[in-house]
Amino acid sequence: MMKINKSVIINSIQKGIRLDGRKLEEFRDIEIIPNYINKNPEGCALVKIGKTKVLVGVKMGVGKPYQDSPDEGVLMTGAELSPIAAPEFESGPPREAAIELARVVDRGIRESKMINTKALCIKEREAVWLVFLDIQILDYDGNLFDAAALGAVVALMNTKIPTYDLKTEKIDFEKYSGKLELNEVPISITARKISGKIVFDPNAEEEELVDSRLTFAFKENGNICAMQKGGSEPITKDEILDLMKKSSDQSKIIRKKLKNIKIDK
Amino acid sequence: MAKGLDIKLIKNGKRLDGRDMEEMRPLKMELGVLDRADGSAAIELGETKVIAAVYGPTKLHPQHRQQPKKAVLSVRYQMLPFSTTDRCRPGPNRRSIEIGLVIKKALEPIIFLEEFPRADIQIEIEVIQANASTRVTGLTAASLALADAGIPMKGLISACAVGKIQDKLILDVAGAEDSYGGADFPIAMINGGDEITLLQLDGDLNQKEMKPALDLAQKGCKILFDQQKNVLKNTYKVGDQK
Repeated sequence: MMKINKSVIINSIQKGIRLDGRKLEEFRDIEIIPNYINKNPEGCALVKIGKTKVLVGVKMGVGKPYQDSPDEGVLMTGAELSPIAAPEFESGPPREAAIELARVVDRGIRESKMINTKALCIKEREAVWLVFLDIQILDYDGNLFDAAALGAVVALMNTKIPTYDLKTEKIDFEKYSGKLELNEVPISITARKISGKIVFDPNAEEEELVDSRLTFAFKENGNICAMQKGGSEPITKDEILDLMKKSSDQSKIIRKKLKNIKIDK
Repeated sequence: MAKGLDIKLIKNGKRLDGRDMEEMRPLKMELGVLDRADGSAAIELGETKVIAAVYGPTKLHPQHRQQPKKAVLSVRYQMLPFSTTDRCRPGPNRRSIEIGLVIKKALEPIIFLEEFPRADIQIEIEVIQANASTRVTGLTAASLALADAGIPMKGLISACAVGKIQDKLILDVAGAEDSYGGADFPIAMINGGDEITLLQLDGDLNQKEMKPALDLAQKGCKILFDQQKNVLKNTYKVGDQK
């Protein structure tokens, strides 16, 4: 980014109004399209936050459970920052940024106990459902953490489970046996600091100027089930408490939005 | 995976290993434990044992990764195959890559990277034995290894994990507290002060618990910071030519 551009963005943030006219804590428009594609994936969502577009799909598979949880299904989350979304993204296996994104989204879902993993047991110790949650960034304009987490949650909310025949060990993807059982809906919000100011939902240009970020995953009762700090600048204890309060308020707005859309086909 | 299960982790007001809620495990720190590395440190926190090494600053290869105005920090965190109950596969995995990244971000604020344009500072962290709190202990050791390598720094990073068992906050999560406890909250601070450079959370914390949890983490970081200062002073006595 050109230096002049940087200082213009920072000056406007200092004044409390961003270049696109938003207040510092204001999100861009959020659009949620459940079941964006609906033949092959078991669950799917397209989420747009401003110009950022994230497509999340769920595929179900069958495999062996982990030894320490023989009667529980398994969640596996992946994320791709492929070159379709921005010229600076490179092809190849996921690197640090994509791995962190996938793991932060995964942690919010896992630690909130969103998925009833026991309901995914087919036969103890032998066969359980595997939930493959894959996040594809289609268009990058900042705030991937919140867009990806929201897409993941919506995709899981409309996920259906195919039928499985233990004898033939075959999955019938044409016939659904039920919906993915959920206990909870976590909402992730990421607060950022740019030049000492708290900013939410940065676009790509603002994202480059972020000094530190802090992601919170909130449960329905307001408790926090996952956090992750990023960026190379420290955050103080008092700032964390402030970011928590503001992020918690944001999560309520998004939760309300989610309640008002039709998730199922 | 089994977090939050109803397993008694407090007996007669003490934790399963006999500690009080706000008590750390026995702590040992040593500098210069490796010969080839430019700086190194080992830390034992109870049964968790970690060695960190620093190579550099050296010229960064490949050249296209060089930064014209500062050094590039690279961090590799690895658990040895025999460091855990079930053998863990050697080589990088998604967990270790993420931990390497958050440790790097936690160290960057304290290093005068701008003193070494185009250079590489490489940090290697090996977990020799794991009984929880490996990333925070690795980070604390890495900060000491940087000091041992003589890299100019603004301060030291000290890091510990706060947990939650039976709705009580605890310092320095270990053993069953990690597998069955209600939260794992690793935190790193600069010089045991207010500035936080690493923070993650797995578990369930209500918003009222945030401040006491941060205060407890600071208590732990101060203990670590004091010991880090001591080991540095004792290793490099005035007039000592290492």
